[in-house]
Amino acid sequence: MSCDDTVDCGRRRLIVATAAVGGVAGAAAAVPFLASFAPSERAKAAGAPVEADISMLKPGEMMTVEWRGKPVWIIHRTKEMLDGLKKVDAKLVDPKSDKPMQPEYAKNATRSIKPEIMVAVGICTHLGCSPTEKFDPTLAIEPDWQGGFFCPCHGSTFDLAGRVYKSKPAPDNLEVPPHKYLGDAKIVIGDDSKGA
Amino acid sequence: MAASSSEKFKTDGTLIGNVTEWVDARFPLTAMWNDHLAKYYAPKNFNFWYFFGSLALLVLVIQIVTGIFLTMHYKPDASLNASGVPVAFASVEYIVRDVPWGWLIRYMHSTGASAFFIVVYLHMFRGMIYGSYRKPRELVWVFGVMLFLALMSQAFTGYLLPWGQMSYWGAQVILNLFSAIPLIGEPLSIWIRGDYVITDATLNRMFAFHVIAVPLVLVGLVAAHILALHEVGSNNPDGVEIKKKKDANGIPLDGIPFHPYYTVKDIVGVVVFLMVFSVIMFFMPEGGGYFLEYNNFIPADPLVTPQHIAPVWYFTPYYSLLRAVTYPLFGIDAKFWGVVAMGAGVMIFFFLPWLDRSPAKSIRYRGPIFKTFLAVWVVSFFILGYLGVLAPTPGRTLVAQICSVIYFMFFLAMPIYTKLDKCQPEPDRVTFK
Repeated sequence: MSCDDTVDCGRRRLIVATAAVGGVAGAAAAVPFLASFAPSERAKAAGAPVEADISMLKPGEMMTVEWRGKPVWIIHRTKEMLDGLKKVDAKLVDPKSDKPMQPEYAKNATRSIKPEIMVAVGICTHLGCSPTEKFDPTLAIEPDWQGGFFCPCHGSTFDLAGRVYKSKPAPDNLEVPPHKYLGDAKIVIGDDSKGA
Repeated sequence: MAASSSEKFKTDGTLIGNVTEWVDARFPLTAMWNDHLAKYYAPKNFNFWYFFGSLALLVLVIQIVTGIFLTMHYKPDASLNASGVPVAFASVEYIVRDVPWGWLIRYMHSTGASAFFIVVYLHMFRGMIYGSYRKPRELVWVFGVMLFLALMSQAFTGYLLPWGQMSYWGAQVILNLFSAIPLIGEPLSIWIRGDYVITDATLNRMFAFHVIAVPLVLVGLVAAHILALHEVGSNNPDGVEIKKKKDANGIPLDGIPFHPYYTVKDIVGVVVFLMVFSVIMFFMPEGGGYFLEYNNFIPADPLVTPQHIAPVWYFTPYYSLLRAVTYPLFGIDAKFWGVVAMGAGVMIFFFLPWLDRSPAKSIRYRGPIFKTFLAVWVVSFFILGYLGVLAPTPGRTLVAQICSVIYFMFFLAMPIYTKLDKCQPEPDRVTFK
């Protein structure tokens, strides 16, 4: 821009500054609209942590609680079940849980905080069906079945740590939700913050 | 009509003449009529393929009118009513069973959705065979591809509204695609859904998109598409510019006024189209399970997934592109690259005007390489569409992968093979028997 008789550079600068500030204001005005897309307080409340009492859960049993509209399984594994986990490592996609399908504290051989208690979201990582429990090791779901889960939709199979078998439609292990213990008998699902 | 005329009507003393003169002094009525209809000169050699533009406009009107009447009875509400059925699902059943003529309006709208894609696919194919996207019509084409995108989002958001099993699980699969994007994927998909799973919040926003946001964009784009077309003038089956040969009055020698010549011709197309449309609407509105899938007559159930999830037919070629990618790349898993392939499969149409280097526009004067490649591409597109409705097996996935490579090579190799091709010389003027 050249300043001469026809262009008043002072005014031109003022126009540019006005347009810039107006543009920022316009962009800022978009914030409430974009933010209104996020989950509402009601949806967040429905997604709040849930508490589960596991004092009555006997070894070899599982219970289901609902968290954020999804089934969450709590499985009390027996010693035989835990031994079975090691036998299937070679048949799994991600036996060491390298993919971030669990919090750091559940990235171990049993995918759990306490070895015998397994917590997992019961939603198949393929297209979101809910797999069925097949704990009986005599079932012929896979060769040398050690107990686990079978998805009726597209045939994905998971072991008792929610780890997916190879060559199945589901790409990932079942998700382990953030969770923590309140004493020995209570689990909080959806919250793993320390303290309080 | 490059420079728009500013013709004003001179009254002949009649009432209509007086009114027209009064309006023309305040609004460019006569000028618009002339610019876009009575003095818009279109090539005289339009053939069968030129019906589908005006038919797309007709279907748009059908969809808007039937859509307005459907919103008067439909309720975007995922909560369960007293009999335990989602309110949205029940309101669609109510429209079909209890609202006077509601069944007709609903089936007109659902048949219209499939009809829209049929005429738009044929309209796009017309552009591809006659080179209608080439200079100076690049923007006509770009607006058209944007319309195609808007139409796809209309179809997706609309299919969720009946809140049946396919609505719910189809949306589950498609909205979960966003979570495949590295880092931001999960928060992004929660932001889009407005909840941690698909719920009432999702249904309500999809309703808002479907009935107001996207239709506004769609209508605006249609205006831009037609204005851009009328600025540069229509292409024709010979792909030659009629504006190069004009008579003493500056009117193209091979041009005829759009009205009455093509308005009357298009009415014939409309009548034939409406006959076919009516047969489907009255006798087979489900289209054999392809227009309305059987699973969608079951209310949405977040705890039970249907055995087999397939999109509606018009999305299946792109769904096949998505599923064809089975290898992870650069440490990101295959699901993400599948999403990229599906997006690229649509977006690549934007670049068509700049990929084509052929000296001839129309297929009539193009060489054998282009003709062969186009034929193979069309076959691949159909195979991808067919595979998209089937459950994947290793064999089918391999076929889909081969067809996907052909699909993309048609575009990506175009700058090379269109230059190598031996074209025939284009005629000076359009050929017309």
